[in-house]
Amino acid sequence: MSLGTFLVMRHELLLITAALLVLMAEIFWNPDKKRYISLFSVILFGIITVVGFLPSPIGSLFGSMYVTSGTRLLMKNILNIGALLVFIQSVTWLKKEENSEKISEYFILLISTLVGMNFMISAGHFLMFYIGIELATIPIAALAAFDRYKNKSAEAGIKLILSSALSSGILLYGLSLIYGTTGTFYFNEVAALFGNNNLQILGFIFFFAGMAFKISIVPFHLWTADVYEGSPVNITSYLSVISKGAAIFVLIILLFTVFPVIIATWQKTIYVTAILTMTIGNLFAIRQQNLKRFLAFSSISQAGYILLGFIGGNQLGMASVIYYILVYIFSNLGAFGVVIAISNVTGKENMDDYNGLYHTNPKLSLIMTLALFSLAGIPPVAGFFGKFFLFTAAAQKGYYLLVLIAVLNTIISLYYYLLVVKAMFINKGETPIEKFRSDFPTRFALGICVAGIVVTGFASIIFEVIKNLSFGV
Amino acid sequence: MDILTLFVVIPILTITAILFLKDTRQVRLVSAFGMGLQLILAAVLMFLYLSARHAGKTDEMLFIKDYLWFKSLNIHYAVGVDGISVAMIALTSLVLFAGIFASWEVEYLRKEFFISLILLSSGVFGFFISIDLFTMFLFYELAVIPMYLLIGIWGTGPKEYSAMKLTLMLMGGSALLLVGLLGIYFNSSPDGNQLTFNILEISKVLIPLPAQRLFFPLTFVGFGVLGALFPFHTWSPDGHASAPTAVSMLHAGVLMKLGGYGAFRVAIFLMPEAAHELSWIFIILTSISVIYGAFGAIAQKDLKYINAYSSISHCGLVLFAVLMMNKTAMDGAILQMISHGLMTALFFALIGMLYGRTHTRMINEMGGLMKVIPFLSVCYVIAGLASLGLPGLSGFVAEMTIFVGAFQHPELFYRIVTILAVSSIVITAVYILRVVAILLLGPTTNEHFEHLTDAKWFEKISVVTLIGSVAAIGLAPFWLSTMIGKSLQPIVDRIIALNPF
Repeated sequence: MSLGTFLVMRHELLLITAALLVLMAEIFWNPDKKRYISLFSVILFGIITVVGFLPSPIGSLFGSMYVTSGTRLLMKNILNIGALLVFIQSVTWLKKEENSEKISEYFILLISTLVGMNFMISAGHFLMFYIGIELATIPIAALAAFDRYKNKSAEAGIKLILSSALSSGILLYGLSLIYGTTGTFYFNEVAALFGNNNLQILGFIFFFAGMAFKISIVPFHLWTADVYEGSPVNITSYLSVISKGAAIFVLIILLFTVFPVIIATWQKTIYVTAILTMTIGNLFAIRQQNLKRFLAFSSISQAGYILLGFIGGNQLGMASVIYYILVYIFSNLGAFGVVIAISNVTGKENMDDYNGLYHTNPKLSLIMTLALFSLAGIPPVAGFFGKFFLFTAAAQKGYYLLVLIAVLNTIISLYYYLLVVKAMFINKGETPIEKFRSDFPTRFALGICVAGIVVTGFASIIFEVIKNLSFGV
Repeated sequence: MDILTLFVVIPILTITAILFLKDTRQVRLVSAFGMGLQLILAAVLMFLYLSARHAGKTDEMLFIKDYLWFKSLNIHYAVGVDGISVAMIALTSLVLFAGIFASWEVEYLRKEFFISLILLSSGVFGFFISIDLFTMFLFYELAVIPMYLLIGIWGTGPKEYSAMKLTLMLMGGSALLLVGLLGIYFNSSPDGNQLTFNILEISKVLIPLPAQRLFFPLTFVGFGVLGALFPFHTWSPDGHASAPTAVSMLHAGVLMKLGGYGAFRVAIFLMPEAAHELSWIFIILTSISVIYGAFGAIAQKDLKYINAYSSISHCGLVLFAVLMMNKTAMDGAILQMISHGLMTALFFALIGMLYGRTHTRMINEMGGLMKVIPFLSVCYVIAGLASLGLPGLSGFVAEMTIFVGAFQHPELFYRIVTILAVSSIVITAVYILRVVAILLLGPTTNEHFEHLTDAKWFEKISVVTLIGSVAAIGLAPFWLSTMIGKSLQPIVDRIIALNPF
């Protein structure tokens, strides 16, 4: 075994190197040069993102505890793009006085969560998977409590760590049942030994519940809104896009490769949870005033739509899920980007504050509208295509009723997305947000999001590439 | 680039040009120029189409262009037109052109207004040229969404409520439609070949009957919501009453026709057997639309509400005729779409102009306007007469054809619903003549009205365009009727071959 074989882990190795480099910079750079750490990290991460797209060897390591494949590399690359956007969006916020001491911590913690996500996507063994999932969660809790002087932020950190500890416990219990009945943790062996044995199904249910916590699928969503509201906006956007996306990626891989035998069971589970998740997420989003809470509930309902891609167990389904996550990254980060830009300048985060925004900041309003329309699935932006493919995937296996419920849910979601549009375009604000010009990183990130929202839909090649890399049960 | 895609490209270019304008006064000039170009293009298309047909081209659709878009799902960007779509495109460009001039005096956020209006129109044009269900659906939704902002920002009265109601109900319709279209897609190839969204290809196969029974109602109701099918019509009065003039014109004149057109081109054409089986339910519903709309119009006092309810009645007649599924009635349905589109656009334009002068739309607050503003008043009378079906104007031709077609069915059920629907003509006469009498004739009730000025040049352009078209169809209906009839023939042949009466 030569050192070259470790290149299979290129994504993870690059990320670890980056985290170490940032740490070194923190230790060895002069205090007056430390303000360049943001720039340094973003450029470093940009390079990693680009390198990730270069052709890479695929295979397995450590007796197939670690596996890569075209699909997994694609997922990692998509997560990298999202994380890069979050990084760029955080630059302005990190310049603030109270954050100046913690810039490198921010980047190191974020990168290590990404390492965790990459490992859990590439896992071929439940232990590796579990280590990955923990590594992806614990640093986030520290980040959620990043504004340590704010009670809400500290509370968000505690809530996140407690609920994720609980979910990990449930997950582990499920895994132990699976281990007890199959005697192995290797994915391919578990898949071969799994049957419709009651104990195994119980183990699967616990495993699914644990994952449902991470994706915040109803009824395991209760932590989401409080954590999203309390965390700094950048962390909220990271949680709602990258963390959720990674967990969805892992769940779909595991369902399709480890649990294909009990497909009939998980189809029923997903049928019910998808309906609950969409409906409850949407109904609760209607009443939210704080935009972070609002986007939190909207992201819960988005997870419900994504479950429609799971249910068929078909190749089209996996393709549509991956594609939708890509679209969702651009759309949700576009919406969060506007919230961040406004929050950085004015500190305002409520829907009422956005009254009359179009008259003072037309560009931000337009970006917000575009992003929300993409989340709602309105043509011609990418969200329309994403939703269409998800629904097509479910319809392919005959789940027309579920599709109908989902489309009716998009009407509810359109209602509350239009409330924001209404606030910006129609309502007259008594004290509208003053006209301001965002700085370069914010505008750059928003520009990428807008380009992504517009182009990802029309450029059919993106979907075709994803489709070719996907697989079904 | 092919001529059909130009219909989507010109609006987009116009929007881009408007975006870069500094001076807001130029915005309307650019819009008028762009949409004038669109009107000319529509005329050119009609000429090319007729000469191609004259030269003996017998394909179902002409000017077909087909580009593969999403390979794995076999989604194409495919365009093509037959006589029906050409007529609808001509209607759209006429109404849009008139609409631009009718909103000449919009002051508030003028740039945004024209951009949204033209964006909406590009959705409509795209819908009429598409022969791929996916692109058709995409354009359909594109046409609905700018409506929210147009009504919400530039509307009057309870505009936010109306805008939200309209948008959500129409999107609800498109939700049903989406499921219907997916159902059609997955049944588009019963013998296991490549699935397709292409209407022409699907029309060559037979969708299995159980699937038709499931997806025909979804598709028909989905389009029916936009066509103001009872009981899904409630968005229409509020929406039309709150919308600014040009939007009411476009919405009642063109957008509601998307419903009728889609119901017939997608729902009935692709699933004729289920359509035949289930038509009785929808015939009853559309008959209710026709009569209820007419009675509703009598009860209203607001001019826009009167016209909105009359639109429900007339658009109900379109769906009613489509469901009769014979050539004469369907021919009448298309004529009615065009006739009602022009007529109602004319009505809404005139109401907007009256409102701009009198600042009220309540008929009991107006009176004796004929003496003060004769031009607008005479135009109003003409619109009214067209609406109640006076011979020599377009309404007569359309309604006459529909009822003749509907009466061709010998069964008692069809006879009864036809007689009921015919009675709407009388009711229409009641509310039209009542409005004309109170509004225009008699003494001037309000001395403030003595000083009103008559139509300005841009208003005259708007109104004359529409009246000219209404009269042209009324006086010489046969060239249009022939063009439509020839394109209807293959569709009707298919329906009759599957459902021998």
